[in-house]
Amino acid sequence: MKVTIDNITIEVEPGTTILQAARKIGPEVAPPAMCYYEPLKASGGKCRACLVKVTAGSEKDPRPMPKLVPSCITQVQDGMIVENTINEQVLETRKGIVEFLLLNHPLDCPICDQAGECHLQDFSFQHGVQQTRYEEERRTFEKQDLGPNIQLHMTRCILCYRCVFTADQITGKRVHGVLNRGDHAEISTYIEKAIDNDFSGNVIDVCPVGALTDKTYRFKNRVWFTKPVDAHCDCEKCSGKVTLWYRGDEVIRVTARKNQWGEVLDFICNTCRFERKNTADWTIEGPTKVARHSVISANKYGANKIVPEFARRLAASQYKDVHEERDTSQLDIKQLPEERFKALIPPAGESAVAGIRSIQNWAEDK
Amino acid sequence: MSLPKILTAHTHLPGIETFDVYRKNGGYTAVEKAIQTMTPDEVVEEVKKSGVRGRGGAGFPMGMKWSFLAKPEGVPRYLVCNADESEPGTFKDHWLMKTIPHLLIEGMIVSSYALGANASYIYVRGELMYVVRILEKAIAEAKAAGFLGKNILGSGYDLELYVQPGGGAYICGEETALLESLEGKRGNPRNKPPFPAVKGLYQCPTVVNNVESISTTSWIVNNGGDAYAAIGIGRSTGTKLISASGHLKKPGVYEIPLGLPVQEFIYSDEWCGGIRDGHHLKAVVAGGSSVPILPAAMLLKTANGEDRLMSYESLADGGFATGTMMGSGGFIAMDETTCIVRNTWNFSRFYHHESCGQCSPCREGTGWMEKVLHRIEHGHGSMHDIDLLVDVAKKIEGNTICPLGDAAAWPIASAIRHFRDEFEWHITNPQEATRPGAVFKGHMELV
Ligand SMILES: Cc1cc2nc3c(=O)[nH]c(=O)nc-3n(C[C@H](O)[C@H](O)[C@H](O)COP(=O)(O)O)c2cc1C
Ligand code: SF4
Ligand code: SF4
Ligand code: FES
Repeated sequence: MKVTIDNITIEVEPGTTILQAARKIGPEVAPPAMCYYEPLKASGGKCRACLVKVTAGSEKDPRPMPKLVPSCITQVQDGMIVENTINEQVLETRKGIVEFLLLNHPLDCPICDQAGECHLQDFSFQHGVQQTRYEEERRTFEKQDLGPNIQLHMTRCILCYRCVFTADQITGKRVHGVLNRGDHAEISTYIEKAIDNDFSGNVIDVCPVGALTDKTYRFKNRVWFTKPVDAHCDCEKCSGKVTLWYRGDEVIRVTARKNQWGEVLDFICNTCRFERKNTADWTIEGPTKVARHSVISANKYGANKIVPEFARRLAASQYKDVHEERDTSQLDIKQLPEERFKALIPPAGESAVAGIRSIQNWAEDK
Repeated sequence: MSLPKILTAHTHLPGIETFDVYRKNGGYTAVEKAIQTMTPDEVVEEVKKSGVRGRGGAGFPMGMKWSFLAKPEGVPRYLVCNADESEPGTFKDHWLMKTIPHLLIEGMIVSSYALGANASYIYVRGELMYVVRILEKAIAEAKAAGFLGKNILGSGYDLELYVQPGGGAYICGEETALLESLEGKRGNPRNKPPFPAVKGLYQCPTVVNNVESISTTSWIVNNGGDAYAAIGIGRSTGTKLISASGHLKKPGVYEIPLGLPVQEFIYSDEWCGGIRDGHHLKAVVAGGSSVPILPAAMLLKTANGEDRLMSYESLADGGFATGTMMGSGGFIAMDETTCIVRNTWNFSRFYHHESCGQCSPCREGTGWMEKVLHRIEHGHGSMHDIDLLVDVAKKIEGNTICPLGDAAAWPIASAIRHFRDEFEWHITNPQEATRPGAVFKGHMELV
């Protein structure tokens, strides 16, 4: 089957979703995903971060789809044409989704364990706007211990349901789920029960934000000060394949290994996660290959970073001539010539990849 | 003119809620006719011919929905009746079930036979326990008379009918949330596709239809699809139950032939009898609280000056710019004592409360809009709040899993579209506007 995403065409197996196809092409055209999580069955479709425009349904029926569709659960048809970062409506909607997700999410990144690994941080950085229009009171919750190892900070939860699916699919007796409706909905355990089974710790790894925290690691460090290494052990309960997070010589955290999209490859047991914190417990394999999106990857916020086209266009759309706002006639300021400015901004519809250049370069060019 | 009565022909008869009286007045003849003289496909064919459209809100042709039902070998099929009816302003199904329960039971049998379902469910709004009991009694009577259970009328066809009280949430009326709830889970809508016709109850092919839709099928079987299609206008065939409420002289449930002029429905003595004495019509929500609100003048005339009719097409004429929707038939009339801002806030409170909270635009957006409306209504709004509401509504609309997001956005967007000056008045005259009973008297178009 052929599918074209942001003007790039590839062949995929029947049954592939738009998101999976886009991930095959690469991170430049892969839609953001907050609730979809490939290893978890039935995940996706909820956060609406991954909405894309289908401008042609298939070769047979080339009509565009009337609404934006969630790419994580929409299967491709032969000859489908999809617009992601090159579609105005998609980008505008994503701004809205970020705004909705942040409406009741405290920006406590400075004290949140997830800072630097947070999908919501990345999503807002790439697709959001700087200011919120929300003036109302935000909802608050008490922190809640879900057993000895996990603490729930419900204020940060974006109700992606990933932890619910995890508990449902990989732990035996599920005691936690969603209570109440709408923005009163909350993740909770049944009458404040503890989550006590050997695989409960995995809910921490799947949480895209810092709502579920590892009590053996809370406030111990910032992720960019740590060094991850791959390690394994002989574990009778799980694969024993983990990432150890070092600060100096000390193992301060153990997590499952994740792929490029931040998804766990093998779920690990609580003993490996919470109790094996000595180097002697492990056979070290070598440094973890750090995903591009992580803040600990070199120059995440530095030069030569890949910037999606929309960010450049956003910057361009907010660019103002100095004398638009004040009288500068006496200052003799030279403006960027308009033709040159135009050349930097590819119009919507042009290949996203061709259009990708960093803001850094743009600034330097100037 | 003698009015066609399909659902309400016998509702005035004393004792019609009992099997005996219902049977004496022609009840269960449709079951006999269908099971003894027609194949299931022939029943489906008649329903298709009738052109009847779903009466639960979306107005999807019922026969077409039935023909989409997948029929894999060895897999059960289900018919589920949506009797959740929680749309504010809509109360026709409730009235129909308590008044003439056997009409629904008979319709369920005929429809289940047509669809090849051997177990069917009536999912009743949880608050209506007394209706659940009425239906259970009716089912027991029908079963005792041999119209339900094993080997109905000696035909070899088996059908069990169950009544299930709902989860007590508006969202459980959305068909996929209803199925989740019926399966004993939290009433969260499912992502579509797959549609229930392919994977519905317990992942088996399922048809979900509204009480009123299913209740028409006995008449269609008895009189033929063509006879049904002869009533009404264009693609709006047959009759429709309207739950009329608000500032009307005679609110109530009416069975109208589709195509009746709106003017006549409101003002004629046969129907609502006009607006209460000394008052004039200001605005109407024509199809339950989720459909766009229309100012009186726009409700009575379409964009090109023709009389607007009570039909799917005519009510929607001109799209959302000048039209609205038939929806579930919840007709709420408001006279000049109604404050549109307060009304909009009130609707908004409902959708905020009822959002299931799965998808972020609806979960967060409905609460946000409600809070902004609350502020405006209570004299703390600012001018940019109006555009903010329009923009938030736009960001929700079309971007959610189920149509509740749209249902929350449309009333607000349409109220601002048609009554913007009223919102502005609230913001610029907070002291005046927040007085109890205060209503904007500016450019109001009364009829
Ligand atoms: C939030 C929401 C609530 C709904 N509530 C009801 C309801 O209470 N009763 C109903 O018949 N349909 C309701 N519907 C429509 C159903 O999803 C579905 O379209 C209908 O039951 C199909 O029956 P019909 O084709 O006979 O109209 C609701 C839809 C939404 C989105
Ligand atoms: S706690 Fe985390 S994983 Fe669970 S629903 Fe909330 S955001 Fe998602
Ligand atoms: S639109 Fe609202 S009610 Fe419907 S699934 Fe999304 S959150 Fe739930
Ligand atoms: S990732 Fe697709 S809707 Fe959440």
